[in-house]
Amino acid sequence: MSDAPNDLRYTKSHEWLRVNDDGTVTVGITDHAQDQLGDMVYVEVPEVDQAFEAEDACAVVESVKAASDVYAPVACTVVEVNEELADAPEVVNQDPYGAGWIMKIRPANMDAVEALMDADSYMAYVEAEEH
Amino acid sequence: MPFIPHTETEVREMLDAIGVSSIDELFDEIPAHLRCGELTGIPEAMSEQAVTRLMHERAAKDGQPLCFIGAGAYEHHIPAVVWEITTRGEFYSAYTPYQAEASQGTLQLIYEFQSMITGLVAMEVANASLYDGASALAEAVLMAVRANRKSKSRRILMPRTVHPNYRKTVQAIVGSQGIELVEIDYDRAGGHIDPAGLQDYSGDDITALVIPQPNFFGVLEEVDALTDWAHASGALAIGVVNPVAMALLKPPGRWGERGADIVVGEGQPLGVPLSSGGPYFGFMCCRQALVRQMPGRIVGRTVDRDGRVGYTLTLQAREQHIRRSKATSNICTNQGLLVTAATIHMALLGGEGLKRVAAACHANTRALVDRLGSEHIRPMFSRPFFHEAVLHSALPLERLLRPLYAHNLQPGYVLKDDYPELGEALLVCATETKTEADLELYRDHLARMIDKQVSAGCPVQPKMA
Repeated sequence: MSDAPNDLRYTKSHEWLRVNDDGTVTVGITDHAQDQLGDMVYVEVPEVDQAFEAEDACAVVESVKAASDVYAPVACTVVEVNEELADAPEVVNQDPYGAGWIMKIRPANMDAVEALMDADSYMAYVEAEEH
Repeated sequence: MPFIPHTETEVREMLDAIGVSSIDELFDEIPAHLRCGELTGIPEAMSEQAVTRLMHERAAKDGQPLCFIGAGAYEHHIPAVVWEITTRGEFYSAYTPYQAEASQGTLQLIYEFQSMITGLVAMEVANASLYDGASALAEAVLMAVRANRKSKSRRILMPRTVHPNYRKTVQAIVGSQGIELVEIDYDRAGGHIDPAGLQDYSGDDITALVIPQPNFFGVLEEVDALTDWAHASGALAIGVVNPVAMALLKPPGRWGERGADIVVGEGQPLGVPLSSGGPYFGFMCCRQALVRQMPGRIVGRTVDRDGRVGYTLTLQAREQHIRRSKATSNICTNQGLLVTAATIHMALLGGEGLKRVAAACHANTRALVDRLGSEHIRPMFSRPFFHEAVLHSALPLERLLRPLYAHNLQPGYVLKDDYPELGEALLVCATETKTEADLELYRDHLARMIDKQVSAGCPVQPKMA
């Protein structure tokens, strides 16, 4: 069973969110998502300062099996992207909740982040999706 | 004999099993107004014998004219062995196989093709080919829009010295995708894009600049200055090149300070016969940094677990069967057979052979321009050309040329429809296939027609009104 840390928020499209002290939010894909996709070969990150509405496609993770969109979990502006992934996409597999982060965003509304699933709800959601 | 594997009985059984009454019923969720309906204007089926007869009659009508038309498709000598090998059973399929890795020979050939093309244009990556030069340019424009993330404008500078049909094709493919093609005029004296003229666009948000080499008039563009202008303006440089010319000219990978970003072209001159306009194939190259945005397939060389060399399709995850509407590639059946011929053709000629072909084409076209030149016929542009040139006639071309067709001679491509501002302008080409005698035959016929037209105060009227 894949892992989902308790201090994060989650989306139905398998992104995780970590609220940072400076008010920004770090976003990545979950352990479950990386496990389903398999070995990453490329990650296309968005541009800094790009603005997205919730559920807009904003990044692409490409594995040996498929290329999938990563969606903006909430309306936001991108403040930082993980440039390291360009040369080391496998970090998304190795450390999805740490070094494998994809982007840092500034949400238009912090309440929207709080309204997303917590770890328990997400794990229940993944389990339901699998059956 | 219908080449359909299922009998009517089998089809009936399958329909019964899933509980529908007809094949059409399978599509009934598509609203009626979105269906194209019955095809009209399609004649009744013909027998094989009748079709064979018809095709032979049509082929005979083409004749075998002495051809001085280039304009995008070029008559070159193709060594007999090229198509002898290409049509062997091992190669004779138009498709890259679905279970690609089972066909190592086909994959190796495509890999060699990619290697040769990248060598020819001095770029880092080539794909396994596209449909033709025109659609390859459209793909290059779409790719540039994806790849140039700094540019938000989706504006492409498209010079009028690019082949008119390529421009129409690009417009047809990208015009409905929110991409603007900005037409750039050419210098009337040189027949080229004046880099100084681009200053009007400096400071604008431009996604890419298309640079033809040689251009549609055969004229050589100032590729270094144009490439550098594009990069200084934050635009990508897209080269559209003739592959034979690349044997002599500076390759796009070395244009300007940084080289072109994307390079496309028509592959027909590399071993593909004119055959009334197709099938041909397009090629496409780019810098390594842009490879994720490149459409089409790439064959890579790798090793298996025992360390033996093997070939494999790479970058497949971006194709349409996985990415649907977001695919960067909607090309699945490439022009495999023509690529096979081109690869064998290039391997036979080698770099040195291709250089000799290119040099002979250039020399022949220069000789043709010299021979045809007179007080009535003059070269239109001052800039150097590769193997095509525009001639301007002081007399109406229509009357001069019509009798030449009757002598089974195609004197060139009349530019009036595409470039009315040039007046009586004719684009001529003499590849290495033309002999001294051919050039003289053309000169003699033309001289006679000119004499008839100018003979003292007695203009010849055409026989038919």
